[in-house]
Amino acid sequence: MRRSMVLVLALALSACGSLDTDGEPDGSGPLVIVAAASLHAAFDDLADAFTERFPQYRVAPIEYDGSQALAVRLLDGAEVDVVAFADEMSLRPVTDAGIVEGHTIFATNTLRIAVPPGNPRSITTLQDLADPDLAVVLCAPDVPCGAASEALLDAAGVHVRPVSQETNVTSVLNRVAWGEADAGLVYATDVAASAGRVDGVTPPNADTVVNRYPIAVASAAPSAASAHAFVEFVMSRRGQAILAAHGFGAP
Amino acid sequence: MSLPRSLYVPALVGLSLLVLPIVGLISRVDPDTFWSDLTSPGALAALRLSLVTGACATIVCLVLGVPLAIVIARAPRRAAAIVRTLVLVPLVLPPMVGGLALLALAGRSGLLGRPLFEISGFSLPYTTAAVVIAQAFVAMPFLVIAVEGTLRTSGTSHEQVAAGLGAGRWRVLTRITLPLCLPGVAAGTVLCFARALGEFGATALFAGNAPGVTQTMPLAIYTAFNGVGVTQDSALAMAVLLLVSAAVIVAGLRTWREDPVR
Repeated sequence: MRRSMVLVLALALSACGSLDTDGEPDGSGPLVIVAAASLHAAFDDLADAFTERFPQYRVAPIEYDGSQALAVRLLDGAEVDVVAFADEMSLRPVTDAGIVEGHTIFATNTLRIAVPPGNPRSITTLQDLADPDLAVVLCAPDVPCGAASEALLDAAGVHVRPVSQETNVTSVLNRVAWGEADAGLVYATDVAASAGRVDGVTPPNADTVVNRYPIAVASAAPSAASAHAFVEFVMSRRGQAILAAHGFGAP
Repeated sequence: MSLPRSLYVPALVGLSLLVLPIVGLISRVDPDTFWSDLTSPGALAALRLSLVTGACATIVCLVLGVPLAIVIARAPRRAAAIVRTLVLVPLVLPPMVGGLALLALAGRSGLLGRPLFEISGFSLPYTTAAVVIAQAFVAMPFLVIAVEGTLRTSGTSHEQVAAGLGAGRWRVLTRITLPLCLPGVAAGTVLCFARALGEFGATALFAGNAPGVTQTMPLAIYTAFNGVGVTQDSALAMAVLLLVSAAVIVAGLRTWREDPVR
């Protein structure tokens, strides 16, 4: 009984192994990608389209987190193939440590004022956010969306006292969507992904602060060939179209 | 009392499991920036807020939790079991879920919070009081269970004798029941304060994260950790600061307590 089980197991394993040999000669396993939280929906679609276009590649479930938390894990030695962050500053410590060499900007994102559906407080400009009666939430200044929010408000000469400084942009959006805050600054892509839970107001000078998203292949990537293929796909017309559909701007 | 030697092995392993990660944390501290990170205004403000709200939450837990524990301990078995289960629920909930629950009740769009906000324009979230409430929510079960356990083991014989001798209800409570549960109260207070000090998820969600108002030490550490580059060192320094403060206070509280068993 036990011997036949071992035989069956061995057959099954060799069958799995034979699937790999049709792929790239670097004997790669599935592509390991880590991406910023704001890339969630877009990268899931990109991974699906990539494997549809190139059936010989497989993509492991993508890991999403704040760019800083991802940077910490990379510096600690996590093995990845592709890295996609929400801003260039978060990638700098990773580049300095030699984990990636150089990067490409693949998308941009600008800020929007998130308000509850219907815009009950009739907020139209950044100056409206300075109203002390409004409960405004922003990202904490040390987080990329917080740095961008601060730069945008400074450029407009507006001083806002937020009731809470969230550590990620999804929390800002959630607070507005729940009705716990009157307004918040989030990315255009967050408004697009919220499926109507919030409305987005485009502040007049939104284009003065642009978040540039870098993507890079790790120097010690276990699946280097497929990693480069993925980055090429992201930069291709099809990849850029998918990103645009999710609210991203062109690089 | 002499113990079987083999007992020390799992005991030492357990102690290592608790202590060695802390040693690892301390070893990561950058000695150059450590002192300036520790004494930065943001870190000190967060520490002050944590200690004040932790103390207030502990007082709330004592005022509400001790009576609750006494009621459960003296209630008929079935009713006591049900109420005890209800009290333990916040322990099982992940703190963020606790925060969501508090928002659902007392947030601006909450069950009780919405009418309050529409009438008076006041809402609990984003206030320091909200921090105290969130901390009390997660810490009270510890106090209740500790006190209730002590009362159950001490039994009702003393109270019955006192009542038989003619003491009224209040007299029995203040002269017999409360002194009997004091060891449980002391232990529960330490647990309660430590839990309130370390609370993160519920306060982050319910009270928000505003420096000086609602940014407690755990929140400040998390915010610094999520920051870019240099702020991770300040996160480490603040973690060590929180550790030392908590250890000093917990040790202090325990020496103050009278321990008749020893």
